[in-house]
Amino acid sequence: MMLAVNMFVGPEIDWFKISPLLVMLGGALFLILAGSLTPQWKKGAYGTVGALTAAGTAVLTAILWRDLSDNAPSSLLANAVTFSKFTLFATFTIAIATLLAILVTSGFLTRENEDGPEIFALILSASIGGMVMVQANDLIVMFLGLETLSLAFYLLTASSRNRSASGEAGLKYFVLGGFASAFFLYGVALVFGATGSTNIDAIAASLSKDIVLGGSSAMLLAGIALLLVGFGFKVSLVPFHTWTADVYQGAPTPITGLMGSVGKTAAFVALLRVFSDALLSRSDDWRPVVYLLAVLTLVVGSALAVVQADVKRMLAYSSISHAGFILVGLVAAGQITSADAGLGTSGTLSYLFVYSILVIGTLGIVTIVAGKGDNETSLNAFKGLGKANPVLAMGMTVLLLAQAGVPLTSGFIAKFGIIRAAVSTENYVLAVVAMLAAVIAAFLYLRIMVSMWLSEGTTSRDVSVAFNIRLAIGLCVGATLVLGFFPSLLLQFTNQL
Amino acid sequence: MSIPILTLLVLVPLVGAVVASLLAKSNETLVKNIALVSSITTGLLSVWMLIKFPTGSAGFEFVSKHSWVSEWGISWHLGVDGISLFLVVLTGILFPLVIVGIDPHHDHQQYLVWMLVLEAGVMGSFLSLDLFLFFVFFEIVLVPMYFLIGKWGYDQRIYAATKFFIYTMAGSAFMLVGIVATAFLARRDIGHLSFDLIEIAGKSSFATSTGRWLFVGFVIAFAVKVPLFPLHTWLPDAHTQAPTGGSVILAGVLLKMGTYGMLRFGVYLFPEAAVWAKPVLLTLAVIGIIYGAIAATMQKDLKRLVAYSSVAHLGFIVLGTFALTNQAITGGVMQMVNHGISTGALFLLVGMIYERRHTRVIAELKGIQAVAPIFAGFFMLVMLSSIGLPGLNGFVGEFLVLIGSFSTARWWVVAATTGVILAALYLLWAYQRVFHGEPDEANKSFAEITKREAMLLSVFVAAIVFTGVYPKPMLNRIEPSVKSLLEHVESRSNYKQPEIKAGE
Repeated sequence: MMLAVNMFVGPEIDWFKISPLLVMLGGALFLILAGSLTPQWKKGAYGTVGALTAAGTAVLTAILWRDLSDNAPSSLLANAVTFSKFTLFATFTIAIATLLAILVTSGFLTRENEDGPEIFALILSASIGGMVMVQANDLIVMFLGLETLSLAFYLLTASSRNRSASGEAGLKYFVLGGFASAFFLYGVALVFGATGSTNIDAIAASLSKDIVLGGSSAMLLAGIALLLVGFGFKVSLVPFHTWTADVYQGAPTPITGLMGSVGKTAAFVALLRVFSDALLSRSDDWRPVVYLLAVLTLVVGSALAVVQADVKRMLAYSSISHAGFILVGLVAAGQITSADAGLGTSGTLSYLFVYSILVIGTLGIVTIVAGKGDNETSLNAFKGLGKANPVLAMGMTVLLLAQAGVPLTSGFIAKFGIIRAAVSTENYVLAVVAMLAAVIAAFLYLRIMVSMWLSEGTTSRDVSVAFNIRLAIGLCVGATLVLGFFPSLLLQFTNQL
Repeated sequence: MSIPILTLLVLVPLVGAVVASLLAKSNETLVKNIALVSSITTGLLSVWMLIKFPTGSAGFEFVSKHSWVSEWGISWHLGVDGISLFLVVLTGILFPLVIVGIDPHHDHQQYLVWMLVLEAGVMGSFLSLDLFLFFVFFEIVLVPMYFLIGKWGYDQRIYAATKFFIYTMAGSAFMLVGIVATAFLARRDIGHLSFDLIEIAGKSSFATSTGRWLFVGFVIAFAVKVPLFPLHTWLPDAHTQAPTGGSVILAGVLLKMGTYGMLRFGVYLFPEAAVWAKPVLLTLAVIGIIYGAIAATMQKDLKRLVAYSSVAHLGFIVLGTFALTNQAITGGVMQMVNHGISTGALFLLVGMIYERRHTRVIAELKGIQAVAPIFAGFFMLVMLSSIGLPGLNGFVGEFLVLIGSFSTARWWVVAATTGVILAALYLLWAYQRVFHGEPDEANKSFAEITKREAMLLSVFVAAIVFTGVYPKPMLNRIEPSVKSLLEHVESRSNYKQPEIKAGE
């Protein structure tokens, strides 16, 4: 036995390259340990630590990006983790989204008198899970990330002690999320059975040699289908979307923003990794299904968004519609016959980056409008906001117009990137469907704008804003406009993906 | 390097808007002055550009080109030729008039900011020579117009504003896909990805069916904007519910973005497809002419009547555009400007009636001529120009369209001519009901035109009469560009313009 232990050689670890993950982990552990061992800190101190952690992660990621000269992906930790511009960009997106979400949450918790270390530690854990998901080079590692992310989300969703809806949403999310994880894991098992590996590179290599172990390709197809169902739950594609509206509505509003940004980014990037890397040579099998899911998600998401009366539900359905849009990028990325398939990947990542910022900003404003108790999220609550607080209403307008894809906002650039990918891979019909769904969704954003600007306010409510939230919203709105006017600031990076 | 005048035309109103929006609410006079200065400066710049524009030039003048999004081959590329020249000038002049002359009644600051943003967007649309840039301007215009209708309009304003926004955006959805596809397909011929209009039009050679699909994508967007039958249903609502200033701008320049787009991005980019789609578009145009006229006759609301007359008039422009002869297109371009002036003025007059009577229902108005003869005189003149009375501007454009289209679209012209007669019918009938007869109690106190209103209208009337009597300076500047456009069409398709035997 001694012999075996001696023979075991741990993988060589390039510590600096995994430093973003380590910093995030360190921050989370520090908050939990120090937070529970010391008396209550000053107002906002927990949030500051969390925000600094996320900011540090983002900076480290940026440094790693700068130092990465070649575009070839390399793997770390005994081939368990991929290190490339692609994963760095996704990690950066998650870090930035975490930073913004923590700023909003910090202000939110202060207002609710619930300030404490747990929420921030959980947010950081969710982000660690997300980062592991996007960096995973192995389906099992990806599953670890997925579970870390999901468990943190279940707790965060149910974390609002004063609202029963929050607990209900957490439970609902937990049950359905558990199902989704099971689907995913079963899919992994079947793919392993068919290819003999859970490693993404190995799966790709095995499939490109057209060797399907375990007899038939039926096992592989079933595995692909189950993976797709699992991911479909996580990124809320129609018809796996039913939990989304309830959970988005029930969760504390800043957490909804976190789910829309970090959760969506992590799940989508993982989806992209599995389907456009591991299973790319089988794209003829999965592309038609993904195509159909994209159309369904776009149309149903937009149409249902329009008829909602609660802004958080509206944004939940709009996030479904956005998911459909992003899925168009995957359809493009799977068009292996086209030389421009890579545009699908870069388009998807740009969209996720832009959308993360938009959704946190939007829900940050909803957080403010919802008021103490986090209850006023109906459309009526926005009535007269243009008069009561024109600056806030203007910010919301910019973010909503960006979500609708109006030019000179980042949202347009993101949509354009996806449409460009779809068109260059000759998916014209899908491109038109996506744009038309965006028009339907625009109606929803107009409804909120009408409420803010064109309806008289019923009550004059206090919409005083904590500095943290103001800062976060200011950053989101600023980024939305700056990227809209100068898209090169984003494109010079995503073009390298 | 000289002054980048076209860039200034876009930026001056935009800067004005930004400055005005940053000022405190209490500073209303300053806001007004800023709006005035920036819109008048833009107007003067556009006039200066008109003076400097070399008569007889067919190509693009005052071009300014800077890289914007180099990763995607997108540039800030502006230029003006005979086709866009007068639309730019019209935009430059119309906006200060609206800003000076029409009172929005509440929230002046926001109103003026949106107006200036709108001006920048419209200017940009007429000047862009880059497909992406054009789309940006074409689409961004929706936002200020949405707020102008939704906030300062009449009872049904939110419905109308939303309808306007959604309709136009749905149209643009097709165009965006079309634009991206055009750029990607042209990449093979050009060698790199570029959204440059001139480069694509010059070098690309689309397969016949591809070109047609792309053309359809573009034309749907423009057909909504024009609006062409059967996509016109947003227009009567938007026009009727918009505040007077919004209506004037909408009729004056916004609709022209559609007809202009058809020429610049439809016919110019896809000549073969334009020739192919000719019968359908001509038919829709003629249906629009007749349908618009009949619908206008039936209206009870004066503003709605003018709105439907717009549908009919725009039909003439589309007829001229797709008749594809020098005269017809020149007439069409003339008519774009003329319609902007006449219908803009009509909306202004209807707005004045509403200010006085708080109703636009024809049946409630009566005998105004007796109490306000000068006002009636102005209305009469503008209305006659809209009908197309010889000697006024409407006649020149309409006549050129009809005569130019006769050789290539004979039966469509025959049908369209009935539209001219119907125009006389609905407008004269409306005039008779509103202005003739003995004024009843409610209309007895109808106030005569004020000095400010008279001065405002005089600008329109001057343009109406001058263009009607002496259209040559305008034609001289429009024609060379139209000619070169048609030469481009002929070189790219089997189409040949019929020769006109009698001297022009």
